[in-house]
Amino acid sequence: MAKVLMKGNEAVGKAAIEAGCRYFFGYPITPQSEVPEYLSSELPKVGGTFVQAESEVAAINMVYGAAAAGARVLTSSSSPGVALKQEGIGYISNASLPAVIINMMRGGPGLGTIQPGQADYNMAVKGGSNGDYHNVVLAPASVQEAVDMVMEAFDIADMYGTPVIVLADGLIGQMMEPVEFNYVRREGIPEKTWALTGKGKGERHNIKNLVIDPDDCEAWNHEHFEVYERILANEEAWEDYLMEDAEYAFVSYGTASRVVRTAIGYLRAEGYKVGMIRPKTLWPFPQKAFDKWNGQVKKYLDVEMSMGQMVPDVAYACNDKNKVVFHGRTGGNVPTVDEVVAFAKEIMGGDK
Amino acid sequence: MAVVFEKTKALTDAKLHYCPGCAHGIVHRLVAEVLEEMGEVENTIACVPVGCAVFANNYFNFDAIQCAHGRAPATATGIKRVHPDKVVMTYQGDGDLASIGTCEIVHAAARGEKITTIFINNGIYGMTGGQMAPTTLPGMKATTAKAGRDPKINGNPLRVSEMLATLTGPAYIERVSVSTPAQVTAAKKAIRKAFEIQKQGLGFTFIEVVSSCPTNWGLTPVKAMEFVREKMIPYYPLGVFKDITAEEGK
Amino acid sequence: MAKGKVTINEVICKGCGLCVSVCPKNVLALSTTKINPAGYNPAEMVSEDCIACTSCAKMCPDCAITVEKLD
Repeated sequence: MAKVLMKGNEAVGKAAIEAGCRYFFGYPITPQSEVPEYLSSELPKVGGTFVQAESEVAAINMVYGAAAAGARVLTSSSSPGVALKQEGIGYISNASLPAVIINMMRGGPGLGTIQPGQADYNMAVKGGSNGDYHNVVLAPASVQEAVDMVMEAFDIADMYGTPVIVLADGLIGQMMEPVEFNYVRREGIPEKTWALTGKGKGERHNIKNLVIDPDDCEAWNHEHFEVYERILANEEAWEDYLMEDAEYAFVSYGTASRVVRTAIGYLRAEGYKVGMIRPKTLWPFPQKAFDKWNGQVKKYLDVEMSMGQMVPDVAYACNDKNKVVFHGRTGGNVPTVDEVVAFAKEIMGGDK
Repeated sequence: MAVVFEKTKALTDAKLHYCPGCAHGIVHRLVAEVLEEMGEVENTIACVPVGCAVFANNYFNFDAIQCAHGRAPATATGIKRVHPDKVVMTYQGDGDLASIGTCEIVHAAARGEKITTIFINNGIYGMTGGQMAPTTLPGMKATTAKAGRDPKINGNPLRVSEMLATLTGPAYIERVSVSTPAQVTAAKKAIRKAFEIQKQGLGFTFIEVVSSCPTNWGLTPVKAMEFVREKMIPYYPLGVFKDITAEEGK
Repeated sequence: MAKGKVTINEVICKGCGLCVSVCPKNVLALSTTKINPAGYNPAEMVSEDCIACTSCAKMCPDCAITVEKLD
């Protein structure tokens, strides 16, 4: 398929359709409103259904229903709206249902700002709902990657029976880049034999969320964590950027990683041996990347559009919190290349 | 010798966990009997609430899902949009529907979602142990209104059927009760009409059942049914609040 | 001569007494001698005047009642 120039928010909508999603339930919020706007006109053209819900709370519970009914289903929102969806995400997770949630993050907390941010890392990666659970969290750094990850998110969700969050930000949602759509369905996605379809002549399907006996509830949790073990083993994804000889490694994802990439160009030109581990999955966090490079990396330079929410994960992954330094902007601001270069030089000193 | 009444096969063999005399069991049976008589048991998906009826999915012998508190109408919306040919219902209590889930029920009704909601109004929180509900009557005692509900402090109860009847989306709204055999018969007829209208695709259908909670009301089951007739029904009058099939006939 | 017969599933009956309260012929009563496994006194037939009207079964929250019409 030839490349087309598309705005991020519309491209992720098209990506969902390409991946076979025919149901969207959502609520307008800046800076992601083009997702529901796009899908409100495009889904009906392919026999799909768009519902503008009365709230994010309702939207995620519509997703719960549609997922239980066996459909590929999407919702999207931005930070405060995703905060509202947390209850439903927990229910979907507990019921082992597949669903895809896009978060075009903006600055927070609370109503915050409408400019891009990455301060929902904890909400997505650490679980913003109650109980022991994980979301798979994918972090695209371009419109093309957002498209690819939305498509992949549906496969991962179906593969493991879990919600998958595509954690982008307002900048990726709002900018235009050339994209192409090449969805190839993964092998081995199980059939949805559990879906609510009316029992017909067969056994009835009963999707539960309350497991009132503590032993049963604990066993239920352990079943989820067996699935998480498989996800940890199979789904870690990251990009090594100029890591072969790197003595200093940025750790950055999404929009912040774009700035870092440019900064690395300037630093390399000055002779610094610096590269980047760019997590593409935030959960599972790419431990294997750190295992691979930890021996040669002196410091990890964590750059985020938050107050450092990823830092504990980097420290854990490299097994030395003293190796981790942080530079971030928050509240809707994006770090500049100059400030990232200056930050890196301060850390590296003259160590080339 | 002929059997004139036996348990419907649209209920499972599971023993109901409800307290003695709780009318949930009566309404479960009516829903199940109607679906069996309509031949829709194999075609139905139930969305059950948080509240005493959270285990209704163990009793209905058809597909079911346990929903988040108050969100059953949203979850039912998701299911119905995926399976427009199935019968989709929600079964909700007054805390679930008329307090935490007010937003979801109003908008499902406003959208005219082609689902059927069975709303059990017994004026109290049962599962959590007798706290004030949005439908607790003025003066009625609750563990969070120990001297009785004082409208000056706690506000006044919601009349949900009347509220929803102001909307365009609903096709059928009726309030029934199950405190006498005659009321049970009438309630079954209403539930059947609601499901039939859903099958016809005419819009949102809503049956409110004025019910009892002997345990949390502190009454015997028989006295609780008297309370339904003497106190609840005067505040929550029985009747049809919306029926577009009758309007069309005019 | 009885026109009907009520069979109570004594194991699932919770002794709520709603059936007793609505029987137009006072055919039913809660047992004063039996206690079921859940600890309730189940309802039982105490007279032969049943007319198979099914009022008791309609009110039973536990589907514990089967009603038969006798020829």
